[in-house]
Amino acid sequence: MSQDFRLDNVGMVNREKKISFKFNGKKYFGFEGDTIASALIANGVHLVGRSFKYHRPRGFFGVGVDEPYAILQLDRNNERDPNIRATEQEIFEGLEVKSVNCWPSVNFDIGAINNFLKMFFPAGFYYKTFMWPPSFWYKIYEPFIRMAAGFGEASIKHDKERYEHKYEYCDLLITGSGPSGLASAYAAAKNGARVILAEDKPRFGGSLLTSDVNIGNQTGVEWTEKIIAELKSMPNVTVKNRSQVFGYYDHNMLVMSERISDHLPKTQKYLPKQRLWYIRANEVLISSGSIERPLVFGNNDTPGVMLSSAAKEYMKVYGVLVGKKPLIFTNNDSGYETAIEFKKNGVNPIILDTRSNPSSDIITEAKNLNIEIRFSYVVVAAKGYKKVKSADIAKISDNKKELFNIENIECDCICVSGFWTPSIHLASQSGNKSKFNEKIDAFVPDKSKQKENTIGSANGIFTLEETIKDAFDKGFDVSNKITEKNNKVSAPTVVEKKSTDHDKFWCVPLPKGKSYKRFLDFQNDVAVSDIELALREGFRSIEHVKRYTTLGMATDQGKTSNLNGLQLVSDIENKVVPQVGHTTFRPPYTPVSIGAIVGREVGKHSKPTRKSPMHSWHEKNNAVFVDAGVWLRPRYYKQGNEGLFEASKREAKNVRQNVGVCDVTTLGKIDVKGPDAAEFLNRVYTNAWLKLPVGKARYGVMLREDGIVMDDGTTTRISENHYHMTTTTAQAANVLSHLEYYLQLVWPELNVNVVSTTEQWAGAAIAGPNSRKLLMKLFPNLDVSNEGLPFMGYKEADLFGVPAKIYRISFSGELAYEINVESDNGYFMWEKIMEVGKEFQIQPYGTEALSTLRIEMGHVAGSELDGRTIPYDASLEGLVSKKKDFIGKRSLNRSAFTSTDREKLVGVVPIDKTTSIPEGSYIVKDPKAKLPNPKLGHVSASCWSVEYDNPFSLAIIKDGKNMIGQKLFAMSPLKNKTIPVEIVSSHYVDPEGKRVRS
Amino acid sequence: MLYINCPHCGLRSQNEFAYGGDATVKRPELNKEISDQEWDNFVYLRKSPRGKHLELWHHISGCRQWIKVERDTSTHEIFKTYKANEAIE
Repeated sequence: MSQDFRLDNVGMVNREKKISFKFNGKKYFGFEGDTIASALIANGVHLVGRSFKYHRPRGFFGVGVDEPYAILQLDRNNERDPNIRATEQEIFEGLEVKSVNCWPSVNFDIGAINNFLKMFFPAGFYYKTFMWPPSFWYKIYEPFIRMAAGFGEASIKHDKERYEHKYEYCDLLITGSGPSGLASAYAAAKNGARVILAEDKPRFGGSLLTSDVNIGNQTGVEWTEKIIAELKSMPNVTVKNRSQVFGYYDHNMLVMSERISDHLPKTQKYLPKQRLWYIRANEVLISSGSIERPLVFGNNDTPGVMLSSAAKEYMKVYGVLVGKKPLIFTNNDSGYETAIEFKKNGVNPIILDTRSNPSSDIITEAKNLNIEIRFSYVVVAAKGYKKVKSADIAKISDNKKELFNIENIECDCICVSGFWTPSIHLASQSGNKSKFNEKIDAFVPDKSKQKENTIGSANGIFTLEETIKDAFDKGFDVSNKITEKNNKVSAPTVVEKKSTDHDKFWCVPLPKGKSYKRFLDFQNDVAVSDIELALREGFRSIEHVKRYTTLGMATDQGKTSNLNGLQLVSDIENKVVPQVGHTTFRPPYTPVSIGAIVGREVGKHSKPTRKSPMHSWHEKNNAVFVDAGVWLRPRYYKQGNEGLFEASKREAKNVRQNVGVCDVTTLGKIDVKGPDAAEFLNRVYTNAWLKLPVGKARYGVMLREDGIVMDDGTTTRISENHYHMTTTTAQAANVLSHLEYYLQLVWPELNVNVVSTTEQWAGAAIAGPNSRKLLMKLFPNLDVSNEGLPFMGYKEADLFGVPAKIYRISFSGELAYEINVESDNGYFMWEKIMEVGKEFQIQPYGTEALSTLRIEMGHVAGSELDGRTIPYDASLEGLVSKKKDFIGKRSLNRSAFTSTDREKLVGVVPIDKTTSIPEGSYIVKDPKAKLPNPKLGHVSASCWSVEYDNPFSLAIIKDGKNMIGQKLFAMSPLKNKTIPVEIVSSHYVDPEGKRVRS
Repeated sequence: MLYINCPHCGLRSQNEFAYGGDATVKRPELNKEISDQEWDNFVYLRKSPRGKHLELWHHISGCRQWIKVERDTSTHEIFKTYKANEAIE
């Protein structure tokens, strides 16, 4: 087929550029500027999908965001994109789309059998059917529902496209570039306001693109072009097309999705596919326009039945005829504009007007053009299965209840107009309670809730003259409030054809003996009969009716169906629409790509990656890294064919025998300064701090107010009023917030300041029996003897010209020192340590060896201080002062925390001395006991003890202190292992702590 | 997203802040004998009012000051913000 329905010389597509694309595998041609919908219609294709429930044939109903039918799946550069609206997606060379919800093809769809079984698929079918027996859920019901549900298939591959977020501020955001949007943007911009004008379509102008009007002696299109050009030239204005403002959130934050590359064959270099704008607007003018309402009649979902405004836009913007024998079915003057447009293009339409005797300029014009018009006439039912072939039409009585003279006339499309529904979604999301306007039979925004005003047809103003005048005024008023300027531009004169009111009639009665499906919601197959049934079954609240029947749900969110649904409910209930109310509008207004919401925060970009200054050395020396919070730390340094187990064992053994060096930069560091610093630490930590001398470090434990251990670490008194606190890597940020909380809110009288210095210092721990010899070589002028620099001592010294701080602290349980230098000198320090340490058999060790060393020493870490343990549980009760008060102390008196058989830290060794115990295993008395097996506790950390060359674990078990020597079992249901174990002291190596003091 | 007027920095978006809970809770003084009930009230019990609520926010990605925010929990309207130790009107 070769664009048989394309008009010559009409429309705005670029005829110079022919574009080929594939639909369901078949090649078609269109022009640059076409949407998939316009290009397919040009080729005479109207069957594009199948409906959700009955799999009835689906065509095109609208021309934009309101489209309920034409949802396709797009393949672009091997990426799959479901839920593409054919009316919005522009074509590009090589585009491939296919139909969804049909099998094996859109032409022959097995699921269409549902259409003949429709008496078995009433409203609430799922609720009624998938009830019993419960055992059917998992194997039968759920797979069935999953198979039937959804449009299209999401890709399971990683999306390689790039999406960005942008944060923007403006005086005034205007959502839509129709007449009201353009006029208000122009007035506000001229008055100095910083304006963002957003348009969801590729072309600016909204209804001005298709209506036959005159503004300031120009056509709508010419005026649009002039205003847009001027706005674009102004530095205080941002104009965006293909940009949908879809959400109105708190405090005038609106979110807009800009489709930057969706209309291109490939995303350009340095550009994202889509950009999500977070816009904080001082004021908002909602100019989102209105959507034409369908009329309801038999088989009104047949392909070829569409909104009359859509038919007009296909002609005027795309130069495409939706049919060559059009029937226009209308209850207002809008249908006449479409009919006149057909006539102008050489096609003879027939107008069926539900009104008995209307008169207006445009009706006169239609009559003068010899268009056939039948008043008090309705379409009873569309005929044809995959495309409209004819229609049963009839005269309707004045009370609109009876049909006469039913006859069948040939037609290939039915363009319907049931008047207009303002798009009040954004105003409603802002919190604006809408009110019902009887004149237009629709809801309009009421009092502003946030700083928002609604203008133009979105506010129920349907004459251009009033729209333009009001928008100029609003644009000026709003900008005047912000800029306090008074540059007022006058509104242009407007000439438009006057029209009359619409007929409130919207639903054609069924002729006697007929049971046509009359659809309200085209996306979810909700018919008049479904709503009637729901009400018969007792559903009253419109929110319940919505959920029971699915009216107004899914991707189009009832843009075309909501009001007719409300009309029907109120008719049956003998109420008026405002009494029924409407369902809540929630963002997003249109579907938004998940990728755009996520933005650049994917994979490694979801959080910053922190690296120590020595990172490149680790990389060069075959370090295998592990994520430690946002830090990357060496887990082990691979030599030859070693795996994790061999390497960490070698590294840990070398620490016990010679000397090792570990990058400890990641530890949290906080400077605590001020005359009350000692008193503050005394309140923060559980142990005593007032008498710590200058030049000494102390290990401390801090609690939360509920008595649970929050963190541990050493703090060193650098000078009289200056302390250097260290925290665990994971808790660094929380501890700082915790300290700030107490200093700022609880004890503001304490004269103390805290600041994070984590990034200021690079740290290296040197540990092992040779570490003092190494230190002597690194600091030849410093007395590093046991007396000169005792355990928990602190010294400042010069490291080959670089100032360094030496803390004699130990996590490994060996004789050890931690050297800190300014971050910039970290790499230098590390290289010096490796160079000088060579003669003492130094080796770097990673976090795995570090864990091994601390576990066999019984030192607790994050796996024991897991947010559930109090000091006693982690065997830290010796650090809890009985004399002074501190954060969380009062909680330790609670009965559960003083119970004598609390879980406590112990060591665990497998009886066979060879089987490693999986972390997380349960400790139980009898592995064969009835399930659930009473659990004594759990294994918190496991290692291979390099000291004894057998597995060793730490566990926290009930009444731990009295369990030493017991033979129990470690069970891991996950690993399917049951291991006989013996409970031992948690201090497996050097229980007296001689090494650290040697 | 809320727009919070930090008394130290000015208007900033919510994503710069961390929520800190009820600002009217007062920690019992140190070294003071108090009942289990009083302590439990302080550690665990919080009201969840609908309407005006004085709450703590921590400007963690800004000035790192804890501030007090008077906010309506149902409409999110923010009436006033205070420095940590400013008198509450």
